[in-house]
Amino acid sequence: MESIKCELPLPRFMMSKTDGEIRFGNPAELHGTKVQIPYLITEKNTFKRMDDEDKQETQSPTMSPLASPPSSPPHYQRVPLSHGYSKLRSSTEQMHPAPYEARQPLVQPEGASSGGPGAKPPRHQASLIRSFSVEREPQDNNSNYLDEPWRITEEQREYYVNQFRSLQPDPSSFISGSVAKNFFTKSKLSIPELSYIWELSDADCDGALTLPEFCAAFHLIVARKNGYPLPEGLPPTLQPEYLQAAFPKPKWECALFDSYSESTPANQQPRDLSRMEKLSIKDMADFPVPTQDVTGDDKQALKSTVDEALPKDMSEDPATKSGLLPPPPALPPRPCPSQSEQASEAELHSQLNRAPSQAAESSPTKKDIPYSQPPSKPIRRKFRPENQATENQEPSPTVGGPAVATVKPHPTVQKQSSRQKKAIQTAIRKNKEANAVLARLNSELQQQLKEVHQERIALENQLEQLRPVTVL
Amino acid sequence: MAVCVAVIAKENYPLYIRSVPTENELKFHYMVHTSLDVVDEKISAMGKALVDQRELYLGLLYPTEDYKVYGYVTNSRVKFVMVVDSSNTALRDNEIRSMFRKLHNSYTDVMCNPFYNPGDRIQSRTFDSMVTSMMIQVC
Repeated sequence: MESIKCELPLPRFMMSKTDGEIRFGNPAELHGTKVQIPYLITEKNTFKRMDDEDKQETQSPTMSPLASPPSSPPHYQRVPLSHGYSKLRSSTEQMHPAPYEARQPLVQPEGASSGGPGAKPPRHQASLIRSFSVEREPQDNNSNYLDEPWRITEEQREYYVNQFRSLQPDPSSFISGSVAKNFFTKSKLSIPELSYIWELSDADCDGALTLPEFCAAFHLIVARKNGYPLPEGLPPTLQPEYLQAAFPKPKWECALFDSYSESTPANQQPRDLSRMEKLSIKDMADFPVPTQDVTGDDKQALKSTVDEALPKDMSEDPATKSGLLPPPPALPPRPCPSQSEQASEAELHSQLNRAPSQAAESSPTKKDIPYSQPPSKPIRRKFRPENQATENQEPSPTVGGPAVATVKPHPTVQKQSSRQKKAIQTAIRKNKEANAVLARLNSELQQQLKEVHQERIALENQLEQLRPVTVL
Repeated sequence: MAVCVAVIAKENYPLYIRSVPTENELKFHYMVHTSLDVVDEKISAMGKALVDQRELYLGLLYPTEDYKVYGYVTNSRVKFVMVVDSSNTALRDNEIRSMFRKLHNSYTDVMCNPFYNPGDRIQSRTFDSMVTSMMIQVC
């Protein structure tokens, strides 16, 4: 969990958020679920945050528009940071070396705290509870340093894509205006603001949102809820072309691999997850050639067991994705370091990884896995070591056979063992993530239920008040 | 050099009206209001078939000593009224038409926004900026 939480950029860049974190406590499992249902929690979160945000916004209006000096917002927001927040950021920065390098020098002066890792888990967990708002904050943090707060990080991107899929199963299609309106209205922003956000994000003004447009709109809403004033024009990092170019799955995964090849295990596992998700999304939108080669290899390995297909895919895909740049048979650099890293955190993340990977893998056509995998998770985990052992042996002959002439048996054996370990770890991770997701979902639903109860009480009161009038 | 641009709904109430700020704006509002009668007259004279853009564009509604008022009606009976300054070099008809076309396009973009309820005042910043560009550019 820690690694995943560190993975998701959940640091609060506003002091208020840190306080909110502490308020929310540390339900470890909740962050996964929280991601799923942003709006339900957002209301409470934003409500609690509003007090803090008011303090913030007294400062923020003085901030120049975000479209202008990019460095100003980050500095600005770092000013009111609490000790915990700076710790969080420094810890997060450790987790995300590559894209967030710029942040480190900026945060280090503030983040002089030492107990980073120790404070991380509670903060992360609490931050995760924020879900909707949480994801936005970290993202802003990350992007602020380098650029503007209008960059979408991978986790945010995943989240947006998931939300898109909940509204419209086909990622290459678009969401109609009325559906999007209902969805965005839940964010409790004012109608003029939502109208303006729509104006910004619907670039072709067709009354419908494609996936990049939806991500841009969602991101603007997130930013707005975090107190950022809306930009005058759509920032270049939110343009649909940019988003489509920036987040094609194979490039993304390659980039992730390159960025995180030396990062901590926490990064590895969620990266695998995100890669899987990207992969699944990309599946729907026509694989490029290298990915197809990878999936072909995956198919070979996966045909043996349906149950194993999921973890196998995770193990195969990251392994192969890591070797995406080189051809799949030659996986040398990545599996070994990743395995050693993943071994330490596998149990924590298997469940978490499983749910998203399941979601990711249900859509790709190449997977035969039934979507209802959660019930059989424990069984699958047991089978996994056995099956993976067998399956690893199976692909090894198949891979080793044709590749004998070109590839030596030793690398394949090493690959198999590494793949095996990786598969186990990724499966464990997936399961953990799924658990977290479900727990978060549960808590959000409960909050929603509470709100509905309150509404009902209010309505009943109104009805009672009106009754004597109507009788007369 | 439109000094005043107005979008009138089918029921003849303004959805959007904006003038060059330095002028006496009430005068423009009154001119737009009086032009609505002329618009209605032209619409009824034209008949039911308003498919062609030529028919959408109503042309010069009426001239005054300082200003000329042009009109344009959409298929949904939403009227665009533009007041231009006569003292500047007379704008060609094509330019007026293109301005109305831009107005119409921006208006449809506003309509496409699901958060816009037909009949509300138009508060779209994109629309505002487009009108601003028309007011400034023509000047």
